[in-house]
Amino acid sequence: MKKRPMTLAEKILSLKSGKGSVEPGELIEVPVDLTLANDITGPLAIKVFEKTGVKKVFDPEKIALVMDHFTPNKDIKSAEQVKLCREFAKKFGIKHYYEGGASGIEHALLPELGLVGPWDVVIGADSHTCTYGALGAFATGVGSTDLAAAWITGKTWFKVPETIKFVYYGKLKPWVSGKDLILYTIGDIGVDGALYKAMEFSGEAIKNLSMAERMTMSNMAIEAGAKVGLMEVDRKTRCYLRGRYKKEIKPLKADKGAKYLEVREYDVSKIDPVVAMPHLPSNVKPVKELPRIYIDQVVIGSCTNGRLEDLKVAAQVLKGRKVNPNVRCIIIPATPRVYQEALKKGYLRIFVEAGAIISPPTCGPCLGGHMGILAKGERAIATTNRNFVGRMGHPESEVYLASPAVAAASAVLGYIATPEELGL
Amino acid sequence: MRIKGKVWKFGDNIDTDVIIPARYLNTTDPEELAKHCMEDADPEFSKKVKKGDIIVAGKNFGCGSSREHAPIAIKGCGISCVIAESFARIFYRNAFNTGLLILECPEAVKNTQEGDELEIYPEEGKIVNLTKGEEYYTKPLPEFMKKILDAGGLIPYVMQNYKD
Repeated sequence: MKKRPMTLAEKILSLKSGKGSVEPGELIEVPVDLTLANDITGPLAIKVFEKTGVKKVFDPEKIALVMDHFTPNKDIKSAEQVKLCREFAKKFGIKHYYEGGASGIEHALLPELGLVGPWDVVIGADSHTCTYGALGAFATGVGSTDLAAAWITGKTWFKVPETIKFVYYGKLKPWVSGKDLILYTIGDIGVDGALYKAMEFSGEAIKNLSMAERMTMSNMAIEAGAKVGLMEVDRKTRCYLRGRYKKEIKPLKADKGAKYLEVREYDVSKIDPVVAMPHLPSNVKPVKELPRIYIDQVVIGSCTNGRLEDLKVAAQVLKGRKVNPNVRCIIIPATPRVYQEALKKGYLRIFVEAGAIISPPTCGPCLGGHMGILAKGERAIATTNRNFVGRMGHPESEVYLASPAVAAASAVLGYIATPEELGL
Repeated sequence: MRIKGKVWKFGDNIDTDVIIPARYLNTTDPEELAKHCMEDADPEFSKKVKKGDIIVAGKNFGCGSSREHAPIAIKGCGISCVIAESFARIFYRNAFNTGLLILECPEAVKNTQEGDELEIYPEEGKIVNLTKGEEYYTKPLPEFMKKILDAGGLIPYVMQNYKD
């Protein structure tokens, strides 16, 4: 029998469910290849798990606990939460427990360590788990109870999502990046535009993006309400995975004739650098159409844009320039390796000389945790993923989301701007 | 089961940062979380809510983070049910998993106002607006979600089949 042509999400779930073929809307059970939690969601999952009295986890090698949100521990309660995770990891022999100098932002760290790859089913008690879609993994966020259940059974349930295909063609304008593409897309479809759906990103413009930019795009699929943000495996994916991913790198491509709920096409040569205005990631406007919006703080980092390629762009803009005296510019390398590479390549020196603050790897200010909280009435531009009310501090503060290029240029000028205003 | 309570009305895209700001996520204690429920939308919310009250909101309720602290905080401050036009998918799972009743009912959202008194019959999918004298019907619950509810949550459901 000839198989029905399938989307990326359908292909992975068909194979993993052992059913051979699945239809959107169908409820299936699938084994998980990796489960993860952090210092906020981990303690809750641990409490749920321990309450069941189950004596062992399904597979201690398929659990990752990454201490990254409030680390280095910002207060006593946060330290207690990390301690709980540490003790659980010891007790159950959890292989991938990361803390201190070994830890980084989970969605930058785990791909970097080669723990996720194509055809993997990954659930994480963190909504940005969808980042790994850029590597061809069916990866999605769940709550702590769902995670604890998977620690018991090694499985989870999904409703097979319908897929919306996004095709990006044309050549990017200068200083336009994957971040601009995904913000533009969310601006187009809205924060629930892909609710319960799989997003599939494709087209020549995606092929031309770096792996870091692809991860930026998949990372923000959740900001459109999506379950996953998938991409095909190509030469770049294989190059990235080679040497780090221990399993076989299997090809992954959507079938010709696969059924999509909708196909949306974008000519990227018409897209300018954009920002998402407060207080929704869909509130997107081209920077050139903005009035002068002065800022108090810049944050360059997070699971969205804290990778080496992001810091490189920031360094290109900040090199030989100074952060505006009215602005605090906080730069957060996402992982220890990113930190080291940025050091070797001289980016950190550029940042320090520009008057920026370099933070240790942490989610920190992105979610209003620590390391750069906003006061009432303050305004930040950040390369993070959410700009909800109170996200980075006081409920009456404001967050604008942008690419590293726009964030860095804004740090120099003191207002939201593109690097072109600096003559770059 | 029958639920009765007063409506607290919210708009579209009520996100998890509004439901429980991240600055309070250094604990998992339901009582502590409940104190800060909806704080950035209405600082007095947790004080004003009475046990059994109902949140009625627009579309995409619970968007954003995967934090299960959100349904825990809502339940913890006494809210018996959230009715919305639609729910964000992680919040939807989390609500079932933590035993917070949620119902999708655009009609109820359209027709109820803050302060209205509602009576809810979850099994029948019926919502009675006692203030207005109207009835609304929710979308039927998916079969699988019913099974989880009947078992008393995801963990009891999973444990039914668990063998050491």
